[in-house]
Amino acid sequence: MNNEGVDTSKRQFLTSALTVVGAVGTGYLAVPFLSQMQPSSKAMAAGAPVEVDISKLESGQLLRVAWRGKPVWILNRPQRMLKILDNMDAFLEDPSSNESIQPESSKNAVRSIKPEIFIAVGLCTHLGCSPTFRPEVAPPDLGDDWEGGFFCPCHGSKFDLAGRVYRSVPAPTNLEIPPYRYITDTQIIIGEDTAVEESA
Amino acid sequence: MKKQITACGDWILDRLAMDKVWNQHMAQYYAPKNFNFWYFFGSLALLVLVNQIVTGIFLTMNYKPDAKLAFDSVEYIMRDVPWGWLIRYMHSTGASAFFIVVYLHMFRGIMYGSFKQPRELIWIFGMLIFFALMAEAFTGYLLPWGQMSYWGAQVIISLFSAIPIIGDDLSLWIRGDFVIADATLNRFFAFHVIAVPLVILLLVFLHIVALHEVGSNNPDGIEIKANKDKQGIPLDGIPFHPYYSVKDIVGVGVFLFFFAAIIFYAPDMGGYFLEHDNFVPADPLKTPEHIAPVWYFTPYYAILRAVPDKFAGVIAMGASVFVLCLLPWLDRSPVKSIRYRGGIYKKALFLFVVSFLSLGYLGTQPATDTAILMTRIFTVIYFAFFLLMPIYTRWEKVKPVPTRLTEQPSLEERIPAIVDTFNEVTVKKSITTAEGDTVIKLRPNPSGIVTVLIRFLKKLKASLD
Repeated sequence: MNNEGVDTSKRQFLTSALTVVGAVGTGYLAVPFLSQMQPSSKAMAAGAPVEVDISKLESGQLLRVAWRGKPVWILNRPQRMLKILDNMDAFLEDPSSNESIQPESSKNAVRSIKPEIFIAVGLCTHLGCSPTFRPEVAPPDLGDDWEGGFFCPCHGSKFDLAGRVYRSVPAPTNLEIPPYRYITDTQIIIGEDTAVEESA
Repeated sequence: MKKQITACGDWILDRLAMDKVWNQHMAQYYAPKNFNFWYFFGSLALLVLVNQIVTGIFLTMNYKPDAKLAFDSVEYIMRDVPWGWLIRYMHSTGASAFFIVVYLHMFRGIMYGSFKQPRELIWIFGMLIFFALMAEAFTGYLLPWGQMSYWGAQVIISLFSAIPIIGDDLSLWIRGDFVIADATLNRFFAFHVIAVPLVILLLVFLHIVALHEVGSNNPDGIEIKANKDKQGIPLDGIPFHPYYSVKDIVGVGVFLFFFAAIIFYAPDMGGYFLEHDNFVPADPLKTPEHIAPVWYFTPYYAILRAVPDKFAGVIAMGASVFVLCLLPWLDRSPVKSIRYRGGIYKKALFLFVVSFLSLGYLGTQPATDTAILMTRIFTVIYFAFFLLMPIYTRWEKVKPVPTRLTEQPSLEERIPAIVDTFNEVTVKKSITTAEGDTVIKLRPNPSGIVTVLIRFLKKLKASLD
């Protein structure tokens, strides 16, 4: 074969150009495959608000409902529990909820619209386990300082009765408060903010 | 007739040289002649892989990857499908057996320096197999759709959300929904039965091809290729087939004995192989009181729990697995095998094994304050083994390495010494029975036992110095 007069730089250019174009093409082709793993339109649409009747919720009782497949807690806090909340600041990472997720209407000392009715997404902000409700004071496994709250059995995160996270536990922020509003005094709709009502 | 068969065989071999492949990897692959029982675990891992693939194929014939049907379809396999219970228990026990065998296989590599130059790439491929195996085990564990399936997957996928900026979108992308849902189950099924097994098979192929290029290490940690005869065959090597293919059958026999015993008598292994809470259907509203991963993930899970910060915990857990990949470059010792290493490495390895096992135990326990404290101590030891390795392996005094493989005394040769020890720890006493007869009976000899123990401890100390 006659190799004389072969323009190797042209050959080099063509090889590089083909590689680049091929890589770009592969990149584009990857998009539909990777995107099809995103939540489908059906999954996106399934997050409808949930109506809950709390007229039968007794003082100290916790109700679990599902919203967007997540557990949502509704806790009726008696005066005893609300009193404790004022003295918790020393134990807490984010006592005034500046780093945490909640609607404006619940960004207050007790983290709720009505002080006694506490509503939160029941998933630990660490790795998404559902913490257990431990209202008893100073149980043997949680120590003498325990004033009641939520304890995550997975990794030992602790939250007080307003879902505020303790110091030096794995969870970084307070429990999330979902958007919700009162339709009547005993009817709550979870998944819609109070702002929706005002603007409507 | 015979001639025609030969001709037929030759016709194929002329077009597909299977004989060359056979010779290269079996009949003329020369392995060191001094393999001990630690060398069973490579071929056993291959056996378990075949078991998982075969039983897995048959399980997919009745399993339904649908959040509404999955749990019931597994119960259907267990109760109504003929022999379904056996196939499922072979698969679930096989998963744990896979990790037992692979952990021992990796420990062998660490003990005899099989990861060291020139076998770094074999070690890297092995680590990639280990990662793929973890992915395979994790995706498979979601499929029965029990409580532990659900919440275990919830925790592990949430690990990705700890990554800054892209974390939340990434975990959403992995789940395909806002929570673990039907979409997640369906895609995990796809990963578990097609994607990851193909990756594992490819990696196993590369692992073996890379091994057969440089040749196997051995308990003495010396290169048998350094001493060859005139034909270029290592003097200390023996053909893999028939020597080791036959030897491995013994290993397979012993392994299957234990494997069958577990399948038939303790398939859930007291909640370690199949967790009790996984016999309860998944409930997205309630986490079980105590959740722990399956035993083979507990050491890393314990490390995750030891760190009181979400992102740092995830990093520590990832690092605890990834750091093994760096082993070929962390170890600065000129000697491969533990037989010729100094006492420091032996002690370090001992502490590492203790901390790995302790972390594994602590990972199964509830997160009490004492457990967390212990976990933190062992986490520090775990990482110290790796991170201080460049220092202590350079610092330690190694023993002279032989040029040829050494011979360990066989069991037969050890019999006289065993008999001597037995005579030392026992004493013959004449005892008069109630009937008035005098009989000579063997009784333990306390002073003999003490001397034997002291001798054993002195030997142990000498070997650690």
